[in-house]
Amino acid sequence: MKAQNQYIKLKNGSPILTADIPVLSYNDFRVQTIKLLLDFDKAHCSNYFAIPKGIGFQLIVIIAADVNHDFLVFSHQLLSIETALESLTQDHFAFHIFEREIHENFNIQFLNHPWLKPVRFAHNRADQSKQIANYPFYHFDSTEMHEVSVGPIHAGIIEPGHFKFSCHGETVKHLEIQLGWQHRGIETLMLHKKTDLQRTLLAESITADSAIAHTLAFVTAMESLSQIKVDANLNLERTIALELERLAIHTGDLCGMCTDVAYQLGSSVFNALRTPIINFTQRWCGNRFGKGLIRIGGTHYPLKEGLKSDLILVLNEFESRFVEMAEKTFNIPSVIKRFDGIGIISKINVGLLGCVGMVAKTVGYKRDIRLSHPFGYYKTVEFEPKTCISGDVMARGFLRYQEALQSIQLIKTMLELHKSELVSSKPDYKVVLNPNSICVSATEGWRGEIIHTALTDQNGQLEWYKIKDPSMHNWKALELSLRNIEISDFPINNKSYDLSYSGHDL
Amino acid sequence: MLSSILILICAIVFPGLIAVTKAKFSGRRGPSVWQPWYDIFRLLKKGSIFSTTTSIIFQVAPVINILVLIIAALFIPFTNKYAGFIHFEGDFLLFIYLLALGKFFIIISALDVGSGFEGMGANREALFSMLIEPAIFMIMAALVLLTGQSSLAEMFTTFNLDSSSSILFVVLSCYILLQFSLIESSRLPIDDPKTHLELTMIHEVMVLDNSGFDMALVGIGNALKFSIFGGIIANVVLILWELPLWQEVLIFILIEIIFAITIGVLESFRARLKMIYNSQFVLTISGIAVVMFLMILLLENHL
Repeated sequence: MKAQNQYIKLKNGSPILTADIPVLSYNDFRVQTIKLLLDFDKAHCSNYFAIPKGIGFQLIVIIAADVNHDFLVFSHQLLSIETALESLTQDHFAFHIFEREIHENFNIQFLNHPWLKPVRFAHNRADQSKQIANYPFYHFDSTEMHEVSVGPIHAGIIEPGHFKFSCHGETVKHLEIQLGWQHRGIETLMLHKKTDLQRTLLAESITADSAIAHTLAFVTAMESLSQIKVDANLNLERTIALELERLAIHTGDLCGMCTDVAYQLGSSVFNALRTPIINFTQRWCGNRFGKGLIRIGGTHYPLKEGLKSDLILVLNEFESRFVEMAEKTFNIPSVIKRFDGIGIISKINVGLLGCVGMVAKTVGYKRDIRLSHPFGYYKTVEFEPKTCISGDVMARGFLRYQEALQSIQLIKTMLELHKSELVSSKPDYKVVLNPNSICVSATEGWRGEIIHTALTDQNGQLEWYKIKDPSMHNWKALELSLRNIEISDFPINNKSYDLSYSGHDL
Repeated sequence: MLSSILILICAIVFPGLIAVTKAKFSGRRGPSVWQPWYDIFRLLKKGSIFSTTTSIIFQVAPVINILVLIIAALFIPFTNKYAGFIHFEGDFLLFIYLLALGKFFIIISALDVGSGFEGMGANREALFSMLIEPAIFMIMAALVLLTGQSSLAEMFTTFNLDSSSSILFVVLSCYILLQFSLIESSRLPIDDPKTHLELTMIHEVMVLDNSGFDMALVGIGNALKFSIFGGIIANVVLILWELPLWQEVLIFILIEIIFAITIGVLESFRARLKMIYNSQFVLTISGIAVVMFLMILLLENHL
């Protein structure tokens, strides 16, 4: 038996040499992975991916140790594609989506994987015979059940996704979600685009409702790989932007949830409340979603004194109206009846699925990068994430309310610390990256942890860029919470999760 | 005939009034009262598209629906002054089943499309219609019991407020008719006419495949249905007083307007029900109607 703990500890946004990642035999790799993930409260799988290396592939797993601020990284070198690997999914279900992705991209075989279906149908996938048209849906061979297919084109302006409900009467027995309709190839484009501005723009467009969080993750990775130090003031501005994004999207989602249960008052008030927040972002940087705000090494849009007082006014006005409306919404019997106990996901299932962010927090896991792997301003404070325990629509709605209030407080505190007379430097679009390095950069978007992993080659060029949106983990939770509930409760469930299609279809 | 004309006039402003009320209560300016009719006229100018899986039923259903609603409107008397355009012994049975016939055709045309959504909607609509049917029959039966007549026109002429059971009838039947019309016209809390989510729809999902001219007919049908129920409520209220004709006409229109605004207000401040509780809700309304009928039976010493 080999010695214990063959992994390297990595802090959020601090680079190491790629060669320092321990390479284990597959058996050790597997045993260690499963052992590290035994306690759901202490660790979860953040990312697992393969990169082509030499004649084979290097499988790298990144495990987030949630208690001591570390990412545990180790790897296995697969020499030949002919070697089939025993799948990790059998022992830890959270790996299902990552193994599916690896299988789809490189045709690496996993034995005993229960659900080895295509993920996103990338143009450069290994097996071109796997088409959207012949996706192997789970099918009940029953004369009593019927199937309802929804999408990929939906009513309302949302993204493409196909939902197949297997129903018995009005009850959903099984929901299968097939994504992968967008074929954007963002990770490949990240390597093809050579200038940093192009890459930043790509990062901004990963998913528009988390534009700030994704760009921040990208920018942090680039800065740490090129040893650019960011001053505290700029860090504050970025974190303010991130919390503003959280505040705006949470408010918008509360509006969406009210719309879905036909509670008109909440719907229109929350919708109107979201506007001043995103309008402020527009006044700040010219874009309501904060595109253009976060740039490598500096900023084009410093938070000036006028903007700060503007923001304080906006927030004060927002807070009182928001609290009044939220208290009303969560206390009206007809709304409570539509939220309470609908679409429950159990704590054990969330743990098994390795869900992150809001989904984990609604069942009581304190999985929040702001606490577990702090970045920017959060390094200087003791952040305490809000949690719920019931895991239903009510929890997902109430958590949004609580997190929005927390964001307001955070922004107000940060505004006091921020010194607008200090002028940050201009962005640097020609950064020189450390050669042969790997950097894991994580931010907590409003959905959950966003992990960007950048690897450089010996010339300091980007060799591999891996993006993980929290939706990768969490879509499965939506499927599970639909089991044995009415099909008419799907929309409110879907809205309460509000997962990203584009974050999944990279 | 007068009431049929009034019902048609009220049907014109009805959908717009609900929309404007809801907009005002949510702090928006809202569309013009005529907006639903601009939409209907726009649709009337367009042709319809029929899926290749549909048969003749899908094509005739909207026309039959609108026709039976117009015929049903002709049955409504104007308080105790004018009988409806069509009236005969036992016409209330035909009136109720004309409404059911229109709905029946919409339901089978939805099944005709063969889409997973529309079958689901048809199933729900049929269930809730079945559960609410006793309510309207109990109201009619109570009227027959109180008046001894079996024609809508005669019922309203003979009806008087001499007995305590008549007052009980007026109060309860107004409430039941309000809820009945909400259920029949697929409004909150049973259904949400504004939703874009097919899986939660009841009525809207059945007409997903209708387009152009047919869609316009469906829209007119919905407005007309509302107005007919409003007309019945107005009649029930108006028999409380003996007033000159012009005042009664004004009050008739006023009641229709109040009815529309009431629906708008009700829809502004509540969420819709979870689908599984819909049947309970509908049954409760039917239950109240049954209790009302039994109480009148007791009070009138028919038991």
